[in-house]
Amino acid sequence: MRLALLLGVPLFWMVGVYGGSLAALLVQSFFRLDSFAGTIDRSPTLATWRDLFTDANMSVAARTIGMASSVTLASIVIALPLAYFIARHASRRTKAVLVLAVMIPLWSSYLVRVYSWKLILSADGIVNWFFERLGIGGLLDAVLALPAIGGPSLSVSYIGQFLVFVYIWLPYMVLPIQAALERVPRSFIEASADLGAHPATTFRKVVWPLAIPGVAAGSIFTFSLTLGDYIIPTVIGDSSPFIGLAIYSYQGVAGNLPLAAAFAFVPIAVMGLYLFGAKRLGAFEAL
Amino acid sequence: MTVAVEFDGVSKSFGDVQAVNNVDLKIADGEFFAMLGPSGSGKTTCLRMLAGFEIPTAGRILLDGADVSGLPPYDRDVNTVFQDYALFPHMTVAENVAYGLMVKKVGDKERRTRVDGALALVHLEALGARRPAQLSGGQRQRVALARALINRPAVLLLDEPLGALDLKLRQEMQLELKSLQREVGITFIYVTHDQEEALTMSDRLAVFNHGRVEQVGTPAEVYESPRNPFVAGFVGVSNIVEGALATRLRGNPMPFTVRPEKITLSDPAIDPPEGSVFIDGTVVEATYLGMYSRYRVDVDGAVLLVAGQNLDVDHGEVGATHGRRVRLHWNSRACRPLSESPAATDNIPTAGAVD
Repeated sequence: MRLALLLGVPLFWMVGVYGGSLAALLVQSFFRLDSFAGTIDRSPTLATWRDLFTDANMSVAARTIGMASSVTLASIVIALPLAYFIARHASRRTKAVLVLAVMIPLWSSYLVRVYSWKLILSADGIVNWFFERLGIGGLLDAVLALPAIGGPSLSVSYIGQFLVFVYIWLPYMVLPIQAALERVPRSFIEASADLGAHPATTFRKVVWPLAIPGVAAGSIFTFSLTLGDYIIPTVIGDSSPFIGLAIYSYQGVAGNLPLAAAFAFVPIAVMGLYLFGAKRLGAFEAL
Repeated sequence: MTVAVEFDGVSKSFGDVQAVNNVDLKIADGEFFAMLGPSGSGKTTCLRMLAGFEIPTAGRILLDGADVSGLPPYDRDVNTVFQDYALFPHMTVAENVAYGLMVKKVGDKERRTRVDGALALVHLEALGARRPAQLSGGQRQRVALARALINRPAVLLLDEPLGALDLKLRQEMQLELKSLQREVGITFIYVTHDQEEALTMSDRLAVFNHGRVEQVGTPAEVYESPRNPFVAGFVGVSNIVEGALATRLRGNPMPFTVRPEKITLSDPAIDPPEGSVFIDGTVVEATYLGMYSRYRVDVDGAVLLVAGQNLDVDHGEVGATHGRRVRLHWNSRACRPLSESPAATDNIPTAGAVD
């Protein structure tokens, strides 16, 4: 009885509130918007799903998935050495300071941070100033002149968007990897060296496989948070829509709730595929 | 003897803590050598310096005559069995054992043969496909052994390898390790805090205390002739006699030790045999322990520990000795003089001590 009480509330929350709204979303996606009347036609139809698979919507999805993948990869590359240092080499004091430094940005307002980045990256912002001062302003211009990912200034380019995404989600990558590496006993690394492995081999054969669960957890965060975000694409970049923004405008501006619901399943499907792939590659075997 | 390992004036400090202090040791090729000492005595640090996990602050470590003090672990011909086994959880038993061959790029076919051989050596032929998490403590221990031996190192280092096992399994593994060592003929250096383990298994042992080597010798030498009070008390149990009592028994105040089992307990009316040292006292405590009984005997204010074999004892008789006047006597040869300052002893082993 007490067990039922204890588990009942979270169970209700997970199954009822969370699962229920997902189910409602799914049901909703089989309705359609009557564009003349502006009302929702509640007879089951696949028309909304057909609307989802238009080129315009698919390019929104592709753009978002492309950005989420690059952000995730970059976060792994940046977070791994940092997490390794925090977990294995830093003294207790340095460790505390570094973990705090990773977490502090999470305590300040997300909006403030994104708008600060808009100023930092703008044409007359500090990054431009810095490049000019170093006399390599031409390099920045050359990078910005790149097709597709460039733009008139960092703050209205995909590069700028990418930088801000990486900055914002990086802590969600560092912390799980650090936790995973923290659980690798020193003796594993010593044993590997003892058996003749150079540090690079030890990293490849022992540290990396044991860090993968952390990398997987971190990438679920960075990937899904980027997939769903609609603030950064609005503030930074050239305003080309991302999935989050598309959903927002479909349900808010256009009132097309069914299409917004169908669109909401894109990130869920992508995450499902991603996890399935990671499992197949053995990412969770060391768990 | 061929010297496999030599510690030459080796010291190691961690910040202000002097973990190892000027250790000199020579370990012979093919020897089963134990490093015995309480925790924090520097024995594990010595082993870790030999493995290459720590670099000495001073002194040299020689492996087969070559100075290896500054070499990284992967450039040393030694392998280690870790206290926590350090088996890689994401690999199977066979992959764990093959690790050393894999990093040395040994061919697939030879690798498989040698892994099978190593697993057979530790009687785990059937478990190659399992994960370490699916094994018992004793089995993990064997995998760690096989993994360390597959590289055929010049020296195998074992850091309290049986510490995590229960008593019965530990005793089995002691015998097995000993016969395994004979079989492979590799020098074993075995760190332990368990004096019984060190006495049972080793050809020779070094007793560590406060970062120094107090004594080196065969188990019998160290047990029978402890050099100083620390060794006498740490290896086995001993009576340390000094001051007035020493003068009364042997005619001079130099401290000496006498093992409890060397002392015979008899009736005060009986004359002790020729050439023995004797004194009368009162039994203050008698404990029956099956094979033998332990008595605490008050001798003019000092308490001597006596272990009497229960050769001719009826039940009830042991307890009845409580409070009785007894005569303690022992062969004067059993009195072993102790040096007063334990740290000042010279600890370089004699060449003849090893066969």
